[in-house]
Amino acid sequence: MLYINCPHCGMRSQNEFSYGGDASVKRPELNKEVSDQEWDNFVYNRKSLRGKHLELWQHISGCRQWIKVERDTTTHEIFRTFKADEEVA
Amino acid sequence: MQKYSIFNLVKNAFSNHQYWDLAWKDPTPKEEYDVVIIGGGGHGLATAYYLAKEHNITKVAIIEKGWIGGGNVGRNTTIIRSNYMHDENGLFSEFGMDLWRKMSQDLNYNVMFSPRGIINLAHSDAQMNAYARRGNSMRLNGIDAVLLNREQVKEIIPMADFSDNVRFPIFGGLMQPSAGTARHDAVAWGYARQADSMGVDIIQNCEVIGFDVNAGKIKGIRTSRGNIKAKKVGICVAGSTNILAEKLNMTLPIETHLLQACVSEPVKPVLDKVVTFGAGHFYVSQSDKGEMVMGGDLDGYNSYAQRGNLPTLQHVLTEGIAMMPFLSKLKMLRTWGGIMDMSMDGSPIIDKTHIEGLYLNCGWCYGGFKATPASGWTFAHTIAQDRVHELNAGYSLNRFSTGHLIDEKGLGTKTWIS
Repeated sequence: MLYINCPHCGMRSQNEFSYGGDASVKRPELNKEVSDQEWDNFVYNRKSLRGKHLELWQHISGCRQWIKVERDTTTHEIFRTFKADEEVA
Repeated sequence: MQKYSIFNLVKNAFSNHQYWDLAWKDPTPKEEYDVVIIGGGGHGLATAYYLAKEHNITKVAIIEKGWIGGGNVGRNTTIIRSNYMHDENGLFSEFGMDLWRKMSQDLNYNVMFSPRGIINLAHSDAQMNAYARRGNSMRLNGIDAVLLNREQVKEIIPMADFSDNVRFPIFGGLMQPSAGTARHDAVAWGYARQADSMGVDIIQNCEVIGFDVNAGKIKGIRTSRGNIKAKKVGICVAGSTNILAEKLNMTLPIETHLLQACVSEPVKPVLDKVVTFGAGHFYVSQSDKGEMVMGGDLDGYNSYAQRGNLPTLQHVLTEGIAMMPFLSKLKMLRTWGGIMDMSMDGSPIIDKTHIEGLYLNCGWCYGGFKATPASGWTFAHTIAQDRVHELNAGYSLNRFSTGHLIDEKGLGTKTWIS
């Protein structure tokens, strides 16, 4: 069982969360010419890092907020969590 | 190579089976090969075997980081089927079914192929309609499919829950009678033994740490046991695909996820079919040893751990008990996990890459084991001829940018969509 520290609610068990994938993926800018390759990278292509991975989770059975979680994809250790709009240094 | 036969078995019995040949050798890497296959799993071994057998290319090395049979080929739930609706998947898998039927003879190795049939249960009228459509598509592609009503299913698997008071009553099911199971280790060992006998070097405990690419052309690989020159390189590493892609500055439409399976204690024969639950993701079959072999959903987040987490196991087994209540009485014997190369449309990739002489075989999601022979056969063709075979033409790498997805279930990495 993973324990995720929701920045809004505190430490909660994994059962309350839903996974949202790689948080480093950026949607192409609106009002700008977007190439097929850029759409491809946004929709499909993923680095799927081994080791530290910044990812989105939604606290679906809690505050329902999206959050960012920095987690190790090999050990499953969770290092830090952030609000969705927080900049990650 | 010593042939495995009843006569050789008797002959070797006189010497207490001490003098059998090694099934495969343990060579040191040579300086150069015509083809290097990275990944000594089922697909890699099959690729090397068909390169030698179908294309007469025997200066081949298989580079395996761990040991033969230690990855997903030894971690799956051994199910073999071709019950797909889309032409690309159906024709490819049915070609594979033919190879499965001949495999034990072909490899001179008993892979214990058991075509016992698979039943996908339906739990609503809409699902029955969808299965009727899938069954018809299968039959048009020459694959056997039988639509069963509730009574017919009850006759075949009476131990499923047919009581009135269930959340997901069984309306019927779609059966592929020719589907089944095989002994997964034997598949790896059989391919390894034959490939080795035809001159393929199986190099274990050898990790790939880099690639030598010059002017858009592959020149060789760098490994923990030295540099190896190669005219062609095939990548066939399932859950580790993204790790190698990073070394090539490639970003692929693939995420690595964790999939668990488990077996119960062995019990007397009770289930002679593979059965899947239609209102969730759970499947079960009974092994020859009597264990109930079960599996289902991904753990749901990116992982390279090869080690599962309990919430998913609980979720999957809850579905199992809803389908077959007697499972709740069984003790669990083992659980384990493997890392899957989950493609974004749930279908695999067997293709050339933008680097000349570099070929990619990945994206097998939940269904890598059953594809072993067909994957090896088509990947060998793609490498040897430097062009895709019509069977794997749909499994292209660029289908995501061109929009030609093969969305059999449309799931891919996003399991919550179901």
